[in-house]
Amino acid sequence: MNHSWLPFEWIVAMRFLRQGRLQTLFILAGIAIGVAVIVFMSAMLTGLRANFIRRVLSAQAHIQLLPPLAITRIQDPADPRAGPVHLAVVQAPPQRRQHIDQWQSLVNELKALPQIRTVSPVASGSALAIRGDASAGVTLIGVVPDQHWRIIHLDEKIVRGHAELTGGDLLIGTDLASDLGVDIADKVRLQVAEGFALVFTVRGIFDLGNRGANKQSVFLTLKNAQALLHIAGAVTSLEVNVEDVDQAQIIAETITQFANVQANSWIKTSAQFFTAIQAQTTANVAIRFFVGLAVALGIASVLVVSVVQRSREIGILRAMGISRAQVLRVFLLQGALLGLGGSILGCLIGTGALLLWQSLMRNPDGTPMVQLFLNTTLFLSTFALGSLTGLGAAVTPAIRAARLDPATAIRA
Amino acid sequence: MPENSVTPAAFEGAVVCLEGVQKIYNAGTPTEAQVLHDISLSLMRGDFTAVMGPSGSGKSTLLHLIGLLDRPSAGSLKIDGVETNGLSHLEITRLRGHRIGFVFQYHYLIQAFTALENVMMPMLGAAGFPNAAMRERARWLIDQVELGPWVNRLANELSGGQQQRVALARALAMNPALLLADEPTGNLDSRSADAIFALLQRFNTAEGTTVLFVTHNAALASRCRSRINVIDGRLTSG
Repeated sequence: MNHSWLPFEWIVAMRFLRQGRLQTLFILAGIAIGVAVIVFMSAMLTGLRANFIRRVLSAQAHIQLLPPLAITRIQDPADPRAGPVHLAVVQAPPQRRQHIDQWQSLVNELKALPQIRTVSPVASGSALAIRGDASAGVTLIGVVPDQHWRIIHLDEKIVRGHAELTGGDLLIGTDLASDLGVDIADKVRLQVAEGFALVFTVRGIFDLGNRGANKQSVFLTLKNAQALLHIAGAVTSLEVNVEDVDQAQIIAETITQFANVQANSWIKTSAQFFTAIQAQTTANVAIRFFVGLAVALGIASVLVVSVVQRSREIGILRAMGISRAQVLRVFLLQGALLGLGGSILGCLIGTGALLLWQSLMRNPDGTPMVQLFLNTTLFLSTFALGSLTGLGAAVTPAIRAARLDPATAIRA
Repeated sequence: MPENSVTPAAFEGAVVCLEGVQKIYNAGTPTEAQVLHDISLSLMRGDFTAVMGPSGSGKSTLLHLIGLLDRPSAGSLKIDGVETNGLSHLEITRLRGHRIGFVFQYHYLIQAFTALENVMMPMLGAAGFPNAAMRERARWLIDQVELGPWVNRLANELSGGQQQRVALARALAMNPALLLADEPTGNLDSRSADAIFALLQRFNTAEGTTVLFVTHNAALASRCRSRINVIDGRLTSG
């Protein structure tokens, strides 16, 4: 026996599988197709999710800290200073431009948190961009470039010019550049509602992949924005990136406990997106479950047939002194081997299908529509899940085989 | 060695000792059937005993009880001095694996294995045998049943007589004290049957293996050292 260094159960299990070659091949094919579907779905959905998240987060911070909302305070009627109070309608107050109190010390506190990767102060407000007769309403975004580009990576989205901001430099979107008819080195006048205006030179033109953002956003230095908005030294928001994007909401809630700010995480502001992701994840789990169930039933049915077909052989093995536990292990091993073998084949088929799909689904610029994530964890977990499914599916047939009465089996 | 060790009473040092053994199927139900009645029997080391009787008389049931494939409904059954009543499934399995060999009318070889592998099977199952020792013992047994050239052939590539010889070699793999042969020649032509019987005799003489040989063949039974008849579940010595 060439494999006699292997335990008895392994030798018999492998020979039984090899003997029923056609049966083994069919069930392996069934498992492989099921596993391929799982691998394909998982990698594709993980890729889609990561792609969505990357797109969403490439243009916004994980958490945006804003000054607290102004609210209407109602005087307490019980307060003797209030006098008679008659409230028919309580109106929400208009939200004036507010600043973050003590923002520099808050930045230091945030940077001390291990979960936080980057903090960028921003001064923003509305303005009118004017070039000759053309004008457009824009949002001024005053930033410290080195810090802010670590959040939105604008330097990677520049289509003309550079992402440098010094002195009177300005970065505008492709749509705004088109509307105003400007290009690199052209001058643009920015005027705020109070009438104050400054002239800037277009240093770079970017494409954020969103028409609205390309039309409205203009980037300038923090100091220039503060000067234009008349908020010298103040900032209107702090943009925060965290180490783990999935933890953004929890971190945002933590920040509000020690700072007097509104903290909006990307999870909260992209709730609809998250609902869609959640629906996809649920559908994926359901598909995986039912495919896994079909695979398990397939393995179980093949092994049940095998037990019936081999009942005499099992009987004689038992008569020769092979224990019930050994017979049990022979069939459990067959299930696990089928599961593992099918998983390996399924991973190969799934990977092939994913690569084919990726090569077919391309953006107009030739880049893949979705970045696929074929990581070791996916494959290892699939192998483990496949083997466990096989093992689980083999339990009933294995118990049946182990319980076979040798005398009855031999007489049969 | 006694002339005929089929005795009604227990015999000290017997390989097989049955006292008052009964076997009742479906006890307590309308289909209750008593197959064996008050069987007492001792077989000593080196005995070669034929068991004869009409079909349905209880021969195979007796053999299954002695082979620990089934349990008696009443009475005592000792194998190599070990009382089997009260033994667990695992203890029964171990006792059967180490002390008893089986040859049936049909060979029941595992078709996925070669002749050599089939013979190695009981040793593999028992574990603890060095690989080389297992292989050597199996090879020796294959040579003894004169199948040396077919040692690496798959079971289904052998003729009926050859398969039965492999089954005999397999039954002797663990060097059992007792060999139970349930009509091993029933499916064979007279030449192959003679060859199998001769092998049984040879192992009985050379190894001292006790053989209990169920057969319908009176000529072969007459060549056994002793003979018992089972009629309607009762034992008579012949």
